Order: sequence, then C-alpha cells, then structure tokens
Amino acid sequence: MNKQEKEQYLRDYGTLKNQGKPFFPYAVAKDSAMALVTMAVIVAMAIVLGAELGPKADPSSTTYTPRPEWYFFFLFEVLKVIKPPALVPLATIGVPTICLILLFLLPFYDRGAERRPERRPIATTAGIFVVCAMGYLTYLGAAAGPPTQIDIPVPANISSQGPEAVASFEAGSQVVAQSGCAACHQFGENGNSGPGPALTDIGARLPAQAIQRTLLNPSAPMPSFSALSKDSPEQFAQMVSFLAALK
Amino acid sequence: MPKLKLPAAPSNPLTSPKRPGKEYGPSGALGHAEEAGISAVDWIDERTSLSGGLRWAMFRKVPKGTNWFYTLGSSTMFAFLSQSVTGVFLAFYYDPSATRAYESIQYINNEVFLGEFVHGMHRWGSSVMVILIFLHMGRTFFFGAYKYPRELNWVIGVALLVMTMTMSFSGYLLPFDQRSYWATIVGVNINGTGPLVGPYLSEFLRAGPYFGATTLSRFYAIHMLMVPGAIAALMGFHLYLVAKLGTTAPPWVKAKAPEELREDKVTVNL
Ligand code: HEM
Repeated sequence: MNKQEKEQYLRDYGTLKNQGKPFFPYAVAKDSAMALVTMAVIVAMAIVLGAELGPKADPSSTTYTPRPEWYFFFLFEVLKVIKPPALVPLATIGVPTICLILLFLLPFYDRGAERRPERRPIATTAGIFVVCAMGYLTYLGAAAGPPTQIDIPVPANISSQGPEAVASFEAGSQVVAQSGCAACHQFGENGNSGPGPALTDIGARLPAQAIQRTLLNPSAPMPSFSALSKDSPEQFAQMVSFLAALK
Repeated sequence: MPKLKLPAAPSNPLTSPKRPGKEYGPSGALGHAEEAGISAVDWIDERTSLSGGLRWAMFRKVPKGTNWFYTLGSSTMFAFLSQSVTGVFLAFYYDPSATRAYESIQYINNEVFLGEFVHGMHRWGSSVMVILIFLHMGRTFFFGAYKYPRELNWVIGVALLVMTMTMSFSGYLLPFDQRSYWATIVGVNINGTGPLVGPYLSEFLRAGPYFGATTLSRFYAIHMLMVPGAIAALMGFHLYLVAKLGTTAPPWVKAKAPEELREDKVTVNL
C-alpha cells in the first residue's frame, strides 16, 4: 500500500467506524453469546468424553503407540510425505519452520490494498489450499490404523528351517507389532509409510548386526530399544532376527 | 478609608453538590447501598483514573457490518480463561514427579469431587481453543485484516498460535501414561533433528541428554508458568492494539459518506 492508499483506507475506515455501534453493549452481547456456546461445548465434551487415563508410563515397556494429540496429526503426516532419510531433518523442522516464517511475515510481503477475498485470487487460493491440505493431512493421521498389527506371511526360507524358526519369526513379529514400530514404518501391507523408511525388505538391505545397532542407537526421531535389550534380551533378539528375515 | 467587607465564607465548603434528581439524599437501604458503591468507585477512580481507559475500551465504536465471525477472537480468549481456571484446579492436586504424577491424576479422576469432570474440561478445552484460534486466524486472513495498519497484531497473533501449540505439547506429557510418555519422547526427538538450535532445544526440554526425573517438572513449569504467563502478556498487547486500531469492517462493506455531506447534496447559502 502506498501513502495515498493508506490515507484512503484510514478515511474510509473512519467513516465506517462512525456509522457503527458502540462496543458495549452490542459487540459485548455477541461475544458473550459466543462465550456461552464455547462453554457449553467444553462442558458437553467433558461429560461425554471424560478424561480417561491409559496405563502408566513405563520406559521399558514395548507396547506403546507414539501418537500425538489430533491437532498435531498434520505436522506428523508432513514427516511421512518426505521419505528419503537424508531429507528427514528438512521435513521435520525445515518445512514447518519455513511455513512458520512465511506466516509471521505475511503482512510484509502481501502489501496490496485490496481486502475482498474474491479480488485477492493468489492469497485466497493459497489460503484455501492450506486449509484443505491441513484438513486432508489430519484426516490421514486420524485414519491411520492402530500401529500394532503386522501380518507378514512367513518367508519360504524360514519355514524350510523347521517349526522352531517359524515360531521365533512369529514371536519377533509380535514384539515388533507391540512396540509400535508400524506407527512410523511400513511392513508389507501394514504400517505407515513414514516418517521412517519401509522395513518390508530391511533384511535384504541391512545385516542383523547393523539392524541391532540401529535399534540400540537410532537416529532421531526414533526411540531407542536399549531398555528392552537390557530388560528382556530374548525379546530383543527375536525382534532383530525377525527384522533380519524380512527379505 | 472605608474598609471593604470580606465576603462571607461559604456555609460548608466540604459538602459536594447534591446529585441531580436526589435532592433529599439517598433514601432507604437500597439508596444507601448505591451511594456507598458509587463513592467506592469514585475513591478508586480518583487515585487511578481507570475510568477513562475503561470508557475508551468499552464505548469505542465497532464499524458497520461487524458480524459473528468477529466473536472468534474473544471466544479464543474465553477458552484460554477456562483453561486457566480448570488448570489451577488440577494444580491443587497434581504432583509433577515421575513416580507420583500418574497416581495424582488417578486421584483427581477417582477421588476428588467433580475431579474427572474438571480434568475433562481441561483436556477437551485445549482442542476447543486450538480450533477457535485457527478459525480466528482464518477469519483475519480471508478478511485481509492483517493489512495496514494491523500488521503488528498479526505478528503477535502468530506468536500466540505458536505458544498455544506449545501449551498443548507440554501438557500432553503431564498425565504420564504410556501414550503421553512415548508421544512426547518422539516429539522431543523430532525437535532434536532441527537445524542449529534443534539439539539444544531438545536438551532443554528433557533437562539433560536423556528423559529423566526432572523432565516432568520442567514440562510442568513450562506448561503452567512460563508459556501461560507469556500468552497472557501478549494477549493483553493484542487486545490493546485491537481497541486502539479498531476492528476492521468486513471487506465488502463500502464506506459511504453520510447523506448530508455528499457533494451533490450540499447546498451553499450565500
Ligand atoms: C490466544 C489467541 C488469540 C486471542 C485471544 C485473540 C483475540 C483477538 C480479539 C478479541 C480480536 C478482536 C476481533 C475479533 O475477535 O475478531 C482479535 C483481532 C485480531 N487478531 Fe487475534 N487473537 C488470538 C490469536 C490470533 C492469531 C493466531 C492471529 C493471526 C495469526 C490473530 C490476528 C488478529 C488480527 C489481525 C486481528 C485484527 C482483526 C480485525 O481488526 O478485524 N490473532 N484477536
């Protein structure tokens, strides 16, 4: 806006304001009505949905599901869109940081005098796009199945090793499923396709040794499984050999 | 020399003139109560001059065309107030230690009168506040309300948005059940992957390199002292600017000069 447009705006605004009504009681009445609606919604949700607690936090447990509050789903889903591991830091913080800076600076790069949405096609389109994208990502996050189910058929080379190998494979599959790995990794048909890489054929890409090292010393944001390896080394070993068998 | 007579002293200089319409002073108990209320307010105002500011804030005009979309900001504030009140209630019983946190929330839910209800109001109030703040931001965006002269109010608003999300993040750990614990671990780790400040940020949040005994009390201090204090201060500034600059009119409402001032209507008497 140049100087003339600014003065024009202030003049027009002054006129509109003079023709308006006093804040008290007119706007106050509307605000109070809306506050009552807000209160009613909060009270109704508190009564209907309650405030249940899950099981107590247990740092050595393997049955957890790292799911954020629903309004963080869109951020969590952004992580899944960008897959190559080298780009993960970019996705986790880079994209949100850039979006936040763009949001902060909005009044400084959108300086046009026009305010009607239908005459600001770029701003309005961008706004609608962001609203739809956030809505869609939130829906994706909500629709993602519980990350505690993995059904991968026993590979031929395992079943040929006899029933003991099969049992160990299935036990490992259980441990992995209960550990919530599928919240961030894909296993065949199950699991989320990010933020972590797909593990459907991890055994073909990494030897068991390397898998074990990653589980103990993962790169962020994955949590470490060193507590599990200390508390129940058997389960941890099953986990490693299950992953190594995925080819 | 004749002496000029001094004017007579006023009969009682210390009584103030009677309030119009009340020639005979307050009558009855109600009248006396009213008088007491008025003089108490007068006493405060004489020492603070608050009434001017209050009149300025309450009797400013809102422009023609102001509609229901303009209530989203104040209802966000109302949700914040509700969070503050229910939060104080929860703080009466909550114990931010790794060994006692879960049990203290269980105590609130199961033993305290209306405990689960107030806990539920606090939990779902956060969702309501987040929805309202996004709706309010959408309103100001699509109405072009962030443009001159309200740029600074938009910037303050984005800061309020970030802090509101920080409140949600830091509050999520406090019940200390499995879900909140592991979600927070992953969340803090995600912060750690950020460029430059990332690792420091996640160390600050964890109060050390690992999730430990002091992590929970740190989250608690962030959640109930640091961020809400900053939110309250910025909210005050946000509202001051709203009152100072006035709220926008909806962008499609046209300014029309009053009839008697229109150029073609003005007649000049010579
Ligand atoms: C804690 C959160 C917030 C509170 C309590 C709050 C409160 C308010 C209130 C009461 C108004 C008066 C007009 C109205 O209600 O629409 C207002 C106006 C405004 N707010 Fe907020 N707000 C918050 C967050 C935000 C955010 C996140 C943004 C944008 C990023 C924002 C930007 C604005 C702007 C630009 C105005 C001026 C609008 C106009 O004049 O029409 N606010 N705010």
